[in-house]
Amino acid sequence: MNNLVDLEKKINSELGTKINSSEIKHNQIYLEIDSEDLIDVVLFVKTNKDTKFRQLIDITVVDYPERSKRFKIVYLFLSHEFNQRMILSYDISENEVISSLTSIFPSANWMEREVFDMYGVSFKDHPDLRRILTDYGFEGHPLRKDFPLTGHTEVRYSEDQKKVVNEPVKLEQNYRNFDYESPWEGTKYIKELADSNDKKN
Amino acid sequence: MTKKIKNLNLNFGPQHPAAHGVLRLILELDGEVVEKADPHIGLLHRGTEKLIENKTYMQAVPYFDRLDYVAPMNQEHAFALAVEKILNIDVPIRAQFIRVMFCEIGRILSHILNVTTQALDVGALTPSLWGFEERETLMTFYERASGSRLHANYFRAGGVHQDLPAGLEADIAKFCETFPKIINDLENLLTDNRIFKQRNVDIGVVTKEDALDYSFSGVMIRGSGVPWDLRKSQPYDCYDQLEFKIPVGKNGDCYDRYLCRIEEMKESIKIIKQCLSKMEKGPIKTFDGKITPPSKKDIKQSMEALIHHFKLFTEGYRVPKDEIYTAVEAPKGEFGVYLISDGTSKPYKCKIRAPGFSHLQSMDYLIKGHMLADVPAVLGSLDIVFGEVDR
Repeated sequence: MNNLVDLEKKINSELGTKINSSEIKHNQIYLEIDSEDLIDVVLFVKTNKDTKFRQLIDITVVDYPERSKRFKIVYLFLSHEFNQRMILSYDISENEVISSLTSIFPSANWMEREVFDMYGVSFKDHPDLRRILTDYGFEGHPLRKDFPLTGHTEVRYSEDQKKVVNEPVKLEQNYRNFDYESPWEGTKYIKELADSNDKKN
Repeated sequence: MTKKIKNLNLNFGPQHPAAHGVLRLILELDGEVVEKADPHIGLLHRGTEKLIENKTYMQAVPYFDRLDYVAPMNQEHAFALAVEKILNIDVPIRAQFIRVMFCEIGRILSHILNVTTQALDVGALTPSLWGFEERETLMTFYERASGSRLHANYFRAGGVHQDLPAGLEADIAKFCETFPKIINDLENLLTDNRIFKQRNVDIGVVTKEDALDYSFSGVMIRGSGVPWDLRKSQPYDCYDQLEFKIPVGKNGDCYDRYLCRIEEMKESIKIIKQCLSKMEKGPIKTFDGKITPPSKKDIKQSMEALIHHFKLFTEGYRVPKDEIYTAVEAPKGEFGVYLISDGTSKPYKCKIRAPGFSHLQSMDYLIKGHMLADVPAVLGSLDIVFGEVDR
């Protein structure tokens, strides 16, 4: 459907209980579902003649370490026919295994491998779940918020051993993260003081 | 007596001139026919997304130059648009034209590189020599506007960093007059060239359905006959005020994709000309002092401006809590930024959607059953740049 509001209504009425919440923002439709409904929802939006989200643009994860359901899995879809974009998401806890979309979208293969590599989220029924972007034999999941920016190991060529060696990171100077964030609008008590002065005058 | 025949596993790259960077391709060969291709990527992985999470919004821009380093400003554009949409600020019209103009220059930069190196991969040396001369001219335009030939760091949320220097517009206009002749020369060398056609026609055919399933975008999907271009379908900045056509292929093979790129360069020239004629003097970035740094003159005279300058370059501007996906039509396809802001001056999450990533993933599907010698041709027409694939 060309109209976003109609599209939202259509998805909500057809999928009913499977949609936890929906929202229209920035000309896109944002849906939240439960992890077990993923395959049903994706199959529906891909094949239904009024939605036709036939392209999977990307899969990614947002890490919120403080939440009990730590990871938010995000799928981005595009419909060429109706020129619409949809953002589908659900929350999972750290050790949950989720369904793979590779049987519906072949392009999900590498995207899921990247998610696995970067966040350590596993997929069931994935044909080839290996690391993709990090080095052979890499440990850890770099995009998790608790992974340090500098990483744990560094690589160099050792002249003595005549091979590339992994060593713990040694920094001449620690990574510094300054807290610049301070009240931008001027301090509050001065503002209040000025306001009360205005009132008095 | 029966002989046991084993398939040969061949390591293609990571140090191979036709691998377009650092691709390690493990090919399983039966004689000279490729049975299976397994690309190993990540040799250029620099952790861009992790770094962006730890930098302010302004400091994140240079990382986008280093993704697809062949057309740097197109990437910056996606990020600038994402931040602008969250902040809900308007970009002055002159800045929009400047940005679109440099995006089209980036498109020409990328397509020249791709077309000529693809020709190089299949055996033609001359096009690259001719094409790279033009790239050099275009990169001097980049340099004159931004200060550097490649890593421009020119686009900002709310406009561009600085106005064009005097005389640049005239020189770009002059280039628009001479460049079509160079495209013609390239076409004379390649389009009807017997060897070039033998190496590219009917090689790496993509059907419409598969192009959708494999998340193709840009020339890869247009070559297969799907008329889809984000500049037309979801226009951003001032693209809706410009007239241009979208070249679409028919057969979805390497040769059609080459033709699409050639035609796109001609359309880009038209867009640049229109930008130049419609551009008027005016501001080049938003006036919102909480986002745009004050001018040097103001810093010398106004305390307020000095404070703003200091705060903008230490803390950076804050972006309200939001979640957005913004995509632009980069030369290689749909380049998108999925941004989550949390109200501080650093992005909480910034996922970069690179077109090359999904294109390269289809390597196995594209090359299965082709000869080993077709690998460079297919790889060339995918238009892979490792900066964006590995991120």
